[in-house]
Amino acid sequence: MTPNGGTNGPAGVEDVLRTEQISMSFGPVVALRSVDLHLQRGEVLGLVGDNGAGKSTLVKILTGLYRPDGGRIYLEGEEVRFRSVRHARQHGIETVFQDLALVDELSVYHNLFLNRENTRGGWFRFLDNRAMRAAARRFLDDIGVDIPSVDTPVAKLSGGQRQAIAVARAVRQEKIKILLLDEPLAAMGAKEKSLIIGLIKSLSKKANISIIVIDHNYTHLFEICDRINVIQRGQVTMDKSLSEIKLEELIEFMVQSFRREVATGAAK
Amino acid sequence: MSLNTLAPREVSRRIPASGIRRLIGQHLSELVSILVAVALAIFFTSQSPNFFTSDNALVLSQFIAPFAIFALAEVPVLILGEIDLSVGQMYIVSPFFVTYWNNAGVPVWPSIVLALLVCCGLGLINGLVTVKLRVPSFIATLGMAFALRGIVLIYSNGAPTNPIGSGMLVNILGGWSWSEAFWALGLAAMLHVMLRGTTFGLHIVAVGGNTESARESGIGVDYIKIWCFVLCALLGGLMGILDGYHLGSLDPATDGLTFTFYGVTSAVIGGTALTGGRGTMVGACIGACVLGMIKDGFLILGTSSFALDLVTGLTILLAMILNVQIERATSMRGPRGSFGQAVSLVFSIFTRRGKGRVRP
Repeated sequence: MTPNGGTNGPAGVEDVLRTEQISMSFGPVVALRSVDLHLQRGEVLGLVGDNGAGKSTLVKILTGLYRPDGGRIYLEGEEVRFRSVRHARQHGIETVFQDLALVDELSVYHNLFLNRENTRGGWFRFLDNRAMRAAARRFLDDIGVDIPSVDTPVAKLSGGQRQAIAVARAVRQEKIKILLLDEPLAAMGAKEKSLIIGLIKSLSKKANISIIVIDHNYTHLFEICDRINVIQRGQVTMDKSLSEIKLEELIEFMVQSFRREVATGAAK
Repeated sequence: MSLNTLAPREVSRRIPASGIRRLIGQHLSELVSILVAVALAIFFTSQSPNFFTSDNALVLSQFIAPFAIFALAEVPVLILGEIDLSVGQMYIVSPFFVTYWNNAGVPVWPSIVLALLVCCGLGLINGLVTVKLRVPSFIATLGMAFALRGIVLIYSNGAPTNPIGSGMLVNILGGWSWSEAFWALGLAAMLHVMLRGTTFGLHIVAVGGNTESARESGIGVDYIKIWCFVLCALLGGLMGILDGYHLGSLDPATDGLTFTFYGVTSAVIGGTALTGGRGTMVGACIGACVLGMIKDGFLILGTSSFALDLVTGLTILLAMILNVQIERATSMRGPRGSFGQAVSLVFSIFTRRGKGRVRP
């Protein structure tokens, strides 16, 4: 087993995001040993790994929530150090967490425009609801999100629709280059899933946004992703594009490494 | 690839509500309060010939206006998920501030402005203690209420006095019998526009609905909260000055907390959620009407003053039970119990949500 995995595909100028030897520990617990990862423009990368393998720590580092102990992050070839979520966002990295961060009481279009409202009346900052409503409608139609009415309070939408709105809000940011999705398909019906899968695909292909998806369900990832990275014990242990690996092989790989782990654990 | 090809169009697509239906759906609690108000009006009219008269309209307006202004003051704070218990005591103390400045040699007009500014300052303290020192607003403002009570009793030595000023000014500021009603209406209109039509209002609802996501969107959560406390204190202080001129005397020993709770009760009857995220100025006014009618109506019916509180309490409870149950019955959470089921059935006729509702 190669510790860094083979870096398949051209790692270089094309990469929107590249990390080198990212490491992070929480006290005595080593969450990330040395993560080397790369992401191309318009690519959907799936992150797989058991609980505690370091996936979420990695995502939190990329979001700007945690600062890594060591290693480097390159965004479009330039080294960056994120000070905060806002700072990462200024660099075009948006994250949709599982709690979605929508305001249930507000309508779809108010959620999309929250704190970036269209206003008139100068100092008083009166809301230009008509303009926002029309713009929200147009935007959602553009990226292919089907919502009965943009006036509906978000609380009244289904899980899939809420997810779609959260993604739409993240994508609406002008600078967006990379979208991080934390289990976007968790607890969703079949139709809802197809809604989100379609949205992710159309974003990466049409809008040319690079997307990183975390999911426990390999079947989902095989539907969405172009490439899959397996993270185990704080390292990328496998890096394969979908043309190189089948679902059965991935499952076999995971089971094998799980067995090995159990064996070494028992040996200790 | 467009999503529309992947997701069939009927996926959890409800028929978009027509204008009226949407209005009913979104303002259900206000609507229920209106129904309660109408029911009360009919009840009192049927019980006494003196209720539906122009004389009583004036009395009624004088009951309702203070409740309404207190409720208007509380609504933004309540939407934020906070509460301001000092607003009633602000009401007691503010006319004494006017007296204080006037005694210090300031003319009446500027004294009033100064008094209101002091109230704003006290509201700022409420806000800062809540937001920056992280004391729950319930305690922070309760402390403020007691402190203000102490201040006003010390300053006045517990003796009632008369408010300073005379003439036109006094008439505008509560002296004229309909004055308070006009103030209440004007403020309600202004604050309604503020809450529904400006970014500030939208951000209040956003912060109350989901503080974390509001913060993530870059909204100045602390800033919004502090300003709402300032606004609340300002309105409480203004109401105190209005009522001082209206009554023509100032009693420092009056218990302000009662007035606070009239305001909170009016707001809640009008559909404002104590847990935050929801509330309207129109609802607050309707709630004040309900409360005012209860007070005035039972007085007209000759209920003894001892029994009045009991009746008021029970009526408030009844109104709220109805409100909450109807809210539950028509919300996504679904109805609870046989009463809730019955209410749900009745209201599904109006809102058509019973059938098309997507079960979570």
